Amino acid sequence: MSLFIDRDTKVLIQGITGNQGAFHTQQMLAYGTKVVAGVTPGRGGREVLGVPVYDTVKLAIEKHDPDATAIFVPAAFAYEAALEALEAGIKLIVIISEHLPLHDTLKLVALAKVKGATIIGPNTFGIIAPSRCKIGIMPNPIYRPGPVGLVARSGTLSYEVAASLSEAGLGQSTVIGIGGDRVVGLTFVEALELFTRDPETEAVVLVGEIGGTAEEEAAAYIKTMPKPVVAYLAGSSAPPGKRMGHAGAIIERGRGTYEAKVKALEEVGAKIAAFPWEVPGLVREVL
Amino acid sequence: MKLYEHLAKEIFSRNDIPTPKGRLCRNPEEAALAAQEIGPVAIKAQVLAGGRGKAGGIAFASTPKEAEAAAAKLLGSNIRGYPVTKVLVEEKLNIQDELYLGITVDSGARRAIVLASRQGGINIEEVPEEAIVSHLIDPLIGLKRYAALDLGLKLGLKEGLLKEFIDLTLKLYQIFYAYDAELAEINPLAVVDGHLMAADARLNIDDDALFRHPDIEIVDEGSELEKAIKALGLSYVQLEGNIAVMANGAGITMATMDTLQKFGGRAANFLDVGGGAGNEPMAKALELLLDTNPKAVLINIFGGITRCDEVARALIQVKEKRGLKIPLILRLVGTNEEEAYNALKAHGISAFRNMQEAVTAAVTAAQNA
Repeated sequence: MSLFIDRDTKVLIQGITGNQGAFHTQQMLAYGTKVVAGVTPGRGGREVLGVPVYDTVKLAIEKHDPDATAIFVPAAFAYEAALEALEAGIKLIVIISEHLPLHDTLKLVALAKVKGATIIGPNTFGIIAPSRCKIGIMPNPIYRPGPVGLVARSGTLSYEVAASLSEAGLGQSTVIGIGGDRVVGLTFVEALELFTRDPETEAVVLVGEIGGTAEEEAAAYIKTMPKPVVAYLAGSSAPPGKRMGHAGAIIERGRGTYEAKVKALEEVGAKIAAFPWEVPGLVREVL
Repeated sequence: MKLYEHLAKEIFSRNDIPTPKGRLCRNPEEAALAAQEIGPVAIKAQVLAGGRGKAGGIAFASTPKEAEAAAAKLLGSNIRGYPVTKVLVEEKLNIQDELYLGITVDSGARRAIVLASRQGGINIEEVPEEAIVSHLIDPLIGLKRYAALDLGLKLGLKEGLLKEFIDLTLKLYQIFYAYDAELAEINPLAVVDGHLMAADARLNIDDDALFRHPDIEIVDEGSELEKAIKALGLSYVQLEGNIAVMANGAGITMATMDTLQKFGGRAANFLDVGGGAGNEPMAKALELLLDTNPKAVLINIFGGITRCDEVARALIQVKEKRGLKIPLILRLVGTNEEEAYNALKAHGISAFRNMQEAVTAAVTAAQNA
């Protein structure tokens, strides 16, 4: 099985009646994801694309017992939506919504730990096991099943890399977006640990960027990781002190620089691609 | 969002953290009046630039006349590129000792963290690690008295100062939490007449939580262009090069800038039109970019949720409206690619499928312009 999800994973969509929720539910259904129910308070009893909608997560769980939920609700309500899922006992919570207040994420991450649940995101494109299941907003056609694990902070950049891997005949075992925020649930290190244990994954591509210390922490793990890692990092030309689109992509007080991250990763033997299109070639070298 | 020192101090003071007596002044006459009331004063430029003291943003005066002159000199001047429109006239402190106290978020630990040191008055990054004591805050527990006590003892504080330090630390956390702060910092935390006082104050609020704080005045230091593009709901950063950049997604936008630089070009900006921007905001953003008169425009779209035909429509719309005198280099792949290429061709716009070729073309176009 791929990481977290597979053909049989039953998925709940919180915020299913919104524009984004409905559009991506349709895309997920088209991909073959088992979307079993949706939740929008006040909209219980309706259907979206044949998927039944409930007022609360609890009501949805009683009928459908989902394994995972994807949260598409606006940022101001995402905290409570995630709490609702956590309290209801859902073990995989994918928070697509962006612009969650930082303090909300801090609390969610701590609570998830207590509840034994995994939060992917916020501000993530989600997770996909090619040809089996996707929970998220990534484009359907670019992925192929195969031996390469891919974990990224950024959505479109990971699509670029995934598409180039697929084109080069290098399919993916699981692709995970950890999210572009300063604080996220699932970390690079946790994703790398899972890829290490995953029999389907033979090599891992890490797509990082400036800001924070996630890549440095990943490097500390890669040091003892038995599987090869190829990395591409964005932001080599970004000036310090400016937030480059993602809340987490900022060089602050001398920390989070491209150079420090590349150095940390190179020192532990990860191959660094200077350009996104170099990734497939480097993966070939290490496979 | 960073708050000005005077606003941060106002909030600190309202929450019972001792701050120096001070007045916010907009002209030299007000500064003179403030000095008359307060006595010897420090006059501090209210700008968000770091290293304000070193850049000449702080002056001292012992008489109202001196205060007036110092304020006149500061007001209207520039501190690290920031114009000074307001000064804080504050009682001059007789500082015996300088400590550091700050609360921020440790993104690796995924916790808020209290940092404290006996070496205050300099940037905390310059303080050796062994001189800093810290405590990670469990958000489900908060910061408790015992944790603040532990920090105070580790700093070697005793008696009255220890008690004041504990109270201040707890109050600072209350502010940090209540105001959705990314950073709440007192540096230096001064010892004045045997008591602790916030000689400086920093409070940075999480932009994503501003909706919960309608009472906080928005400090937007961006240029008019930055404000205009942000109003479209897009993410924009002004840079110093001459090739305007537009892409979809923060990561790919950065990667486009990086690639430009590695090929000898320089991005004029970072513009992320996001995952699912429709053609309207994209067309408006492109027009705003063209108005800046760059040497070339490079658009890099990997169409996932963003549909290539929408991008094509935005471009065609702009071309029909105002023509394209500035070289526009487009890289376009993904969803509805064929449709997009057909539409572009009909309007005499060419595009690349390969990112490397597009970047090379943009650099060449900028060099020849």
